[in-house]
Amino acid sequence: MSRDAEGAGLTEWSAGELADLVTRGEASPRAAADASLDRAAAAGAGRDGLNILLYEDRRDAHRQADAVAAGRDRGHAGPLAGVPVVVKDNIATTVLPTSCGSRILEGYVSPFDATAVRRLREAGAVIVAKSNMDEFAMGSSTENSAFGPARNPLAPSRVPGGSSGGSAAAVAAGIVRIALGSETGGSVRQPAAFCGVVGVKPTYGRVSRYGLVAFASSLDQIGVFGRTVDDAALGLRSIAGLDPLDPTSAPEPVAAYGDAARGSLAGVVIGRPREYFPPDLDPRIRDKCDAAIDELRSLGAEVRDVSLPHTGLAIQVYYILAPAEASSNLARFDGVRYGLRIEGDGLRGMYEATRSSGFGPEVTRRILLGTYVLSAGYYDAYYRKAQQVRALIARDFAAVFASGVHLLFTPTTPTPAFELGARSDPYEMYLSDIFTCTANLAGVPAMSIPIGRVDGMPVGGQLVASHFDERQMFAAAFALERRLGAGARQ
Amino acid sequence: MVVGLEVHVQLATATKIFCRCSTDFGAPPNSNTCPVCLALPGALLTLNEHAVDLAIRTALALGCRVQTTSIFARKNYFYPDLPKGYQISQFDKPLAVDGCVQIGARPDGSPINVRITRVHMEEDAGKSIHDRFAGVTAVDLNRAGVPLVEIVSEPDLRGAEEADAYLRTLKQILEYVAVSDVSMEKGSLRVDANISARAVGETRLGTKTEVKNMNSFSGVVRALEVEFARQCAVLDAGGRIEQQTMLWDANADEVRPARSKEGSHDYRYFPDPDLPPLILPLERIDRIERELPELPAARRARFQAEYPALTAYDIDVLTAGPGLGAYFEQVARPSGDPKTAANWVMGDVLAALKATGQAIEHFSVRPADLAQLLQMVRDGVVSHTAAKQVFAAMVKTGDPPSQIAEREGLLKVTDDSALIAWIDDVFAEHAAEAQRFAGGERRLQGVLVGHVMKKSKGAADPKRVNQLLSDRIGT
Repeated sequence: MSRDAEGAGLTEWSAGELADLVTRGEASPRAAADASLDRAAAAGAGRDGLNILLYEDRRDAHRQADAVAAGRDRGHAGPLAGVPVVVKDNIATTVLPTSCGSRILEGYVSPFDATAVRRLREAGAVIVAKSNMDEFAMGSSTENSAFGPARNPLAPSRVPGGSSGGSAAAVAAGIVRIALGSETGGSVRQPAAFCGVVGVKPTYGRVSRYGLVAFASSLDQIGVFGRTVDDAALGLRSIAGLDPLDPTSAPEPVAAYGDAARGSLAGVVIGRPREYFPPDLDPRIRDKCDAAIDELRSLGAEVRDVSLPHTGLAIQVYYILAPAEASSNLARFDGVRYGLRIEGDGLRGMYEATRSSGFGPEVTRRILLGTYVLSAGYYDAYYRKAQQVRALIARDFAAVFASGVHLLFTPTTPTPAFELGARSDPYEMYLSDIFTCTANLAGVPAMSIPIGRVDGMPVGGQLVASHFDERQMFAAAFALERRLGAGARQ
Repeated sequence: MVVGLEVHVQLATATKIFCRCSTDFGAPPNSNTCPVCLALPGALLTLNEHAVDLAIRTALALGCRVQTTSIFARKNYFYPDLPKGYQISQFDKPLAVDGCVQIGARPDGSPINVRITRVHMEEDAGKSIHDRFAGVTAVDLNRAGVPLVEIVSEPDLRGAEEADAYLRTLKQILEYVAVSDVSMEKGSLRVDANISARAVGETRLGTKTEVKNMNSFSGVVRALEVEFARQCAVLDAGGRIEQQTMLWDANADEVRPARSKEGSHDYRYFPDPDLPPLILPLERIDRIERELPELPAARRARFQAEYPALTAYDIDVLTAGPGLGAYFEQVARPSGDPKTAANWVMGDVLAALKATGQAIEHFSVRPADLAQLLQMVRDGVVSHTAAKQVFAAMVKTGDPPSQIAEREGLLKVTDDSALIAWIDDVFAEHAAEAQRFAGGERRLQGVLVGHVMKKSKGAADPKRVNQLLSDRIGT
């Protein structure tokens, strides 16, 4: 595909380059939006094809684009001027529906934008579509969507990962350079690895959760997909920062992640935690990781063996805490004020009919599980105990980072993208999160970048940093990406 | 009868506890709402710090210890007027604990104290309206998110009268610290009761029931009496009390078990992950404590000490509300005569407030002016009767008394020639009575003085008039 300032070629520019072109008046936001939506059509992104995009509105995209152009003409152009962006279906946007991949919110249009969306718009981005996802972010394959599974653009018989599968796929398919997803246990990093793109989970509190439909409030974060590390850095920079509407958002200043050092990693200590390289790890993935670690070494980093001893408890802790919070967060979907309502025999009948029809099996499973672990007589044994072990997991990271280690490097997932329908046992599906959910439990930032291919499918390597040290994480990611070159991506 | 009361009080903030919607009463249904209090997908909560200040003030006024760290918790249950499907409250770690309120004294003078177990913050739910539209329940979420404090007492109340005294004491304290309207009629004060019965001399607590749906203090008293009678009847017949919720029906004068909803509720409390722990620096608590106004008990004691001329009844009336006592003092001090000031305030001022519908805080008669009027009476510048008329005009116009007295010609007239002229006029107009008086019916003197006072519009000096009348018949 040629890179020119018009037509289809517009999708080839990085987000930053496109914003520059638009700012200088050399590219039209409307043309960029059209190129993006045309690409989506050509890739079969809609319901009849890959099913990675649920909602698009070309007229609204034009309206947004024209507003950006008008602002640009008056001298105001933000860092994402004219850049088309896809947003996951569980992040509130005005105009395009926010249905969280669920029947219970089918057709719901939010009267307000999430703070992250508002900030994207203020930066000049154009929201072109909402992407498919596992229902209420519960899943690791986007097969749990009430609107049908999404497919991996690199291999349509395989899953794109989840729960932010649609957003990852949109970037992989060249529709957009930046997409928003959400993380609770790995739902940005894992699909990023499966689709061969960059996926970033910021520190808990780095990005406002206002407008992100809550799944597990103490774990949720909006994350960013980028075609390259630079795209992701620009995307994160545009949305991060304290929000008075979210009391869990942090006042820590946001660095210019795109400016992170791209050269040597001399002086950087990278930990290789042995629990993430178990004996039964797929040897091909292990090789790709070790090759990436060699590259980091050759860039000047010191690599050390470290241990995060409570890693083996993380999945259990996660699958107690997340469903517990979810069982409460999803109580508001009761058919009373918005969304689906199915009348029944009295109030109780309406609740039962609405929620039974509106929620899919995985969501139902997790609500029941969460209700159980919070219930009288079980709260101490499950919920309270899980919180205590969570603290131990967080302490593992703190101890390692306090010992002079700046970053950790691990595989992102134990396997590449699997076939649709291959993981029918929920427990087996839960194990997909095994390398990612620890970062959510500890609240530390983590990102996945492509590090090669196995069986023709992309594989991701994960960098983890200490709280609010995204800058360090991006520095290593930039350097590694440069080293691994285009071969690691598509 | 052993009673503990749980009192919910709406805090008088301008906006709700977690969003900026107005708390104004009486707005059209669902007009004071936003994504937060409607629990739209993606909405979060932002704590109203003024609500926290009022809650701290409430706790301190009740003698509680305010915790430097407290936690908001989710109380999970489904109901249409509870938008999130959970209520934010406080469970394990409430805002304040261990308070105490004196509600009266026993015949031997020992105080009757009621311990306050805890004071915690929570949000109000919306309102379900069952009878306005046929066949459906309508939900108004204006009230959803209004800040509440819940005040829980130990089961220290013995009898319905003590419960009444406790509620009155609580209401008075909360009015003094201006945290709430505390009106059961307006719904800013709600009461749930826990009541049990035990034999005299028994120290263990009996099984309690919860009684709800009382709409007035007298309703609470009656409901407790009825439920106690029911429990006693059960126990006397050898039965056991079932722990359940009873609803008071004022019309039927009976309590009924609440319609059973599948057993008792498990609210699955857990700390709310959207709100950080509420950490209160000591300086903030201390500042609020320093800024507390004088509380009723302290004011009563002080009035007793500083104004020995006042009776216990006087003090009760003057300290009933915070405004009246403040007004009284602002009259009493400059006037130099607390007892007279008290009489005027309890009599004329209260009557005027009632007649004009004003609140004491906005009374048209400034206390300094009333003090001046009392001075004028003491100094003989106006007669007592004239003073009443001056006061009436002060209520109407807000003008100072000296101005009014001059304008209306109510300054006391002591000049004999004027008085004699009025007396002559009266004698002429009431010739029969005058004759009889002159003929020796001394008791008509008062009547004639009255006529002179009326003729002079109260300006005549009644003492001098009496003397002149006495002179006239030569005594």
